[in-house]
Amino acid sequence: MGITVANISKSYKKVNALEDISFEVKPAELFGLIGPDGAGKTTLFRILTTLLIANEGNATVAGFDVVTDYKKIRNNVGYMPGKFSLYQDLTVEENLNFFATIFGTTIEENYDLIKEIYVQIAPFKNRRAGKLSGGMKQKLALCCALIHKPKVLFLDEPTTGVDPVSRKEFWEMLKRLQKKDITILVSTPYMDEAALCDRIALIKDGKILQIDTPEAIVKHFPKQIYNVRASNMYLLINSLKTYEYNHSVYPFGEFVHYTDSRTDFNPTELKKFLESKNLLDIEIKVTEATIEDTFMELAK
Amino acid sequence: MNNTKVIQVEGLTKMFGDFAAVDAITFEVEKGEIFGFLGANGAGKTTAMKMLIGISKPTLGKANVAGFDVFTQAEDIKKNIGYMSQKFALYDDLTVKENITFFGGIYGLSRKQIKEKSAVLIEELELKEVANKLVGALPLGWKQKLSFSVALLHDPKIVFLDEPTGGVDPITRRQFWEMIYKAANQGTTVFVTTHYMDEAEYCDRVSIMVNGKIEALDTPKKLKEQFKADTMNEVFLKLARG
Repeated sequence: MGITVANISKSYKKVNALEDISFEVKPAELFGLIGPDGAGKTTLFRILTTLLIANEGNATVAGFDVVTDYKKIRNNVGYMPGKFSLYQDLTVEENLNFFATIFGTTIEENYDLIKEIYVQIAPFKNRRAGKLSGGMKQKLALCCALIHKPKVLFLDEPTTGVDPVSRKEFWEMLKRLQKKDITILVSTPYMDEAALCDRIALIKDGKILQIDTPEAIVKHFPKQIYNVRASNMYLLINSLKTYEYNHSVYPFGEFVHYTDSRTDFNPTELKKFLESKNLLDIEIKVTEATIEDTFMELAK
Repeated sequence: MNNTKVIQVEGLTKMFGDFAAVDAITFEVEKGEIFGFLGANGAGKTTAMKMLIGISKPTLGKANVAGFDVFTQAEDIKKNIGYMSQKFALYDDLTVKENITFFGGIYGLSRKQIKEKSAVLIEELELKEVANKLVGALPLGWKQKLSFSVALLHDPKIVFLDEPTGGVDPITRRQFWEMIYKAANQGTTVFVTTHYMDEAEYCDRVSIMVNGKIEALDTPKKLKEQFKADTMNEVFLKLARG
């Protein structure tokens, strides 16, 4: 009763927004769609929430077909679009009341489900939604998407523009909702959030690059990654790029993630090469792959 | 003023009524440094940055930006800095070339300079094929790179980047950071605000604002040591959650 997606394709004029997408989300699973702006995440969300019809393929949500049973789906899912669909000039409480009424329910009836989230914004219940901070808007939008006790929850980039503290709290809330048997499909461009999902699909240019648990995805990275650091970052990147055996060179915070094209790579040799480029304080250390490394390798 | 310090701030404060949105912050930024300016929603980052770029008058304190005083020489500051915001200061219904020409004109470049700069920019950013297309039709990553380049058109001493790289793919983001490293290597100071702590890891030094005050300021490496954290995200959470 989760979500099934089978060979879904969608194009707009000349652009293929989605190409032959297939995956399943198990009941009560927290599944992440991880990909950048323009990957096709929102198009997929709109198809699954019955707001858009695919050119090809089938999909079911909570056991209902997205085309023939669209009305049932609308009663059984919660959808939080990227730009929180709140009424800016209604207050926090009015927004929540509005969404409850639309779904033929009341705040009281399903209060249990939203209680933990709502108490955090309750002190501002008379404030207009337009005057809330990003973090508070996000919490209100989640309450509105949950007020009719949906079986499946769709969250399209819920943490974009939200600070780290609110982001962390938000993911903790999702984990709790999952325990209440709600299936969650969440999209994000932020790879660090991927680790918090049960399983993820990496998506780019309308295609799925890989589907697996976050642990398995990083474990299957094909190469050894090295953290390289030196006195001048710009010179370091340019030097590594000219090194004839480089396989990939990506700045990664205070380091550069480097992989070598050879199987018998010797860091000492690379160190000598970098020294010949007048770099100082060179450090080369083995490190582990992240979801971002995998994404970049697959997208290459 | 010391030549290597392009931003000097001392006790800078902004009051809204009784509320200190920015509460006596003090820091310095060096020439060619990539300085990360972090804080949660509502911590006072935007208010502080508005004072530094000369569009909001401080209540108290001192600040010198690019050699000019924020109280008395705000107009000179505006001419000597570049600014790129989250929402992109580009015009979607102008072409790539028109945008460059427009901003070049605004910053007082001559026709000849604009022509030369446009050619170099379009070449470097590999925008040749889309030079006559509307900016609105470009992918987000290209817009960000163009927007950054436009902010550097007049060779400013400092460029302010307000949440620059949200939402783009990891490869494009890294290309963007390489552009930042290049600018910094050429002596431009880069002042970045961001919500995303993995971005903070790229900066030479970062400051973290909490409730209007700067609660931490150091290199990412030292901050991680100080707070016994593996990532800047952990550092931030420890500080902001208290």
